[in-house]
Amino acid sequence: MYLATFLQDPDFIQVLYIAAFICFIYGLRLLNHPRTARRGNVVAAVGMAFAVIATLLIEEVGDYGLIALGIVVGTAVGIPAARNVKMTAMPQMVALFNGVGGGAVALISWAEFREAGGDLPTETIIPILFAAIIGSISFWGSNIAFGKLQELIPGRPIQLPGQQFVNGALLLVAVGCAVAIATGSESEALFILILVTAAVLGNMFVLPIGGADMPVVISLLNAFTGLSAAAAGMALDNVALIVGGTLVGASGSILTNLMAEAMNRSIANIVAGGFGGVAVAAADAEGKSVRSTDPSDVAIQLAYASRVVVTPGYGMAVAQAQHTVRDLASELEKRGVEVSYAIHPVAGRMPGHMNVLLAEADVPYEQLKEMDEINPELPQTDVALVIGANDTVNPEAGMPIIEVDKTGSVIVLKRSMNPGFAGIDNPLFYADNTALLFGDAKESVAKVLKEVEDL
Amino acid sequence: MDLLTELTILVLAAFVGFEVISKVPNTLHTPLMSATNAIHGIVLLGGLLLIGAAGGFLNELILVIAIAFGTINIVGGFLVTDRMLEMFRKRD
Repeated sequence: MYLATFLQDPDFIQVLYIAAFICFIYGLRLLNHPRTARRGNVVAAVGMAFAVIATLLIEEVGDYGLIALGIVVGTAVGIPAARNVKMTAMPQMVALFNGVGGGAVALISWAEFREAGGDLPTETIIPILFAAIIGSISFWGSNIAFGKLQELIPGRPIQLPGQQFVNGALLLVAVGCAVAIATGSESEALFILILVTAAVLGNMFVLPIGGADMPVVISLLNAFTGLSAAAAGMALDNVALIVGGTLVGASGSILTNLMAEAMNRSIANIVAGGFGGVAVAAADAEGKSVRSTDPSDVAIQLAYASRVVVTPGYGMAVAQAQHTVRDLASELEKRGVEVSYAIHPVAGRMPGHMNVLLAEADVPYEQLKEMDEINPELPQTDVALVIGANDTVNPEAGMPIIEVDKTGSVIVLKRSMNPGFAGIDNPLFYADNTALLFGDAKESVAKVLKEVEDL
Repeated sequence: MDLLTELTILVLAAFVGFEVISKVPNTLHTPLMSATNAIHGIVLLGGLLLIGAAGGFLNELILVIAIAFGTINIVGGFLVTDRMLEMFRKRD
């Protein structure tokens, strides 16, 4: 009896919340460094457990059957999804998880509006409306991001005429309805209209953005969801929601900015849509010819080089070629060739994508070089082996690239002549010192490896 | 809690959020995003707080979905982050 009173004491619950905040902040801090990052994630997860348990203890919280139903369903979906997703599909998964978070915010604000029959004090209704708009944008925007990364929707920017104008109008409608509700209207239809316009806006906001910019967009939507969660916290007078949401909103914005900087793009530039000079370059591609090569030629070039730089991209991830690449590199090293890997900040579908894959294949850290580190070394490099990368080595991509065109000879492993994710034709392929080896990255590398071993 | 107290907490939390991210290596951008992504699953608490008093099938349905969504966000988010970071473990 005494224990129950103690556990349900609001002060005790606040103390648990404080423990949760400490875990969140300390966890995020640990996540800044490679060595402590994994521990940081666990610490943050423990914080979340504190926050959830504390909330379940609150006296007014009830209907445990339904709560259990929601949590069981969520766990049953979440665990297998996170467990089974392939490393290559990780980015989509993050987008999806972000989306459901935004969806939860929108649903909660809708439920609170319905509960109160629309009759809420100003200081409650304003955050609810804010949460509804942002949550809905985040849900739908993330779904589009998922669709693009999963290639259900073309990754190219999809632009409609007068897009900016339409987006502005949609936002005006949503805000207009919100103002009507805040100033006294109790119409649920208006509230639903807000959710729907925000949903359309979320779609329209992400559709015109090129696939290569998607990580930045997901990060931006992530910050949005955080802010909307904080708003929901203000509506519900719950300090854990306010702190947790705001932490994500703030750290997420900083992170978005860091990511955009790594690509040398501004967030405004990305949101405005498009990517470089889309499709403009494709026109003058006609008439230029590429030089294709075969595995034995590639093997000879590699085996007799003194420095080789491997530049991996999404194609390596898709083909799961990282282990074979590592084997080829070890074989070359045995012959005294110096091998390093040039990692573009946005190679693959997410920053760090290549590092994760190569680390999985036991490639030593020291061999992974970031763009700024490797670029000055490229003029002294004999062969650049480009494996399934395209936009990150494209001189016309409109962002800083791995300057493989400065090396003595470039070998590009490619599936086909299709343009990259950004949809821009790549002049590197037509350069005189470039040779292309067509085929699946893993098979090609395996063939080259075999040839090197036979030399 | 009154509005001003809430705003105070919000502003302070925002500053902590800004400060806690320092110079993160590119490699960690994705895991960090994924972890913060899991943290905003805290919106689950909103569903927990509301469902007890919820009346009517539709309200309950909305909140059960919201709780399920929040749980997916949290559980999936932390797990997926862990899987990414597992790759960075120190090898002997």
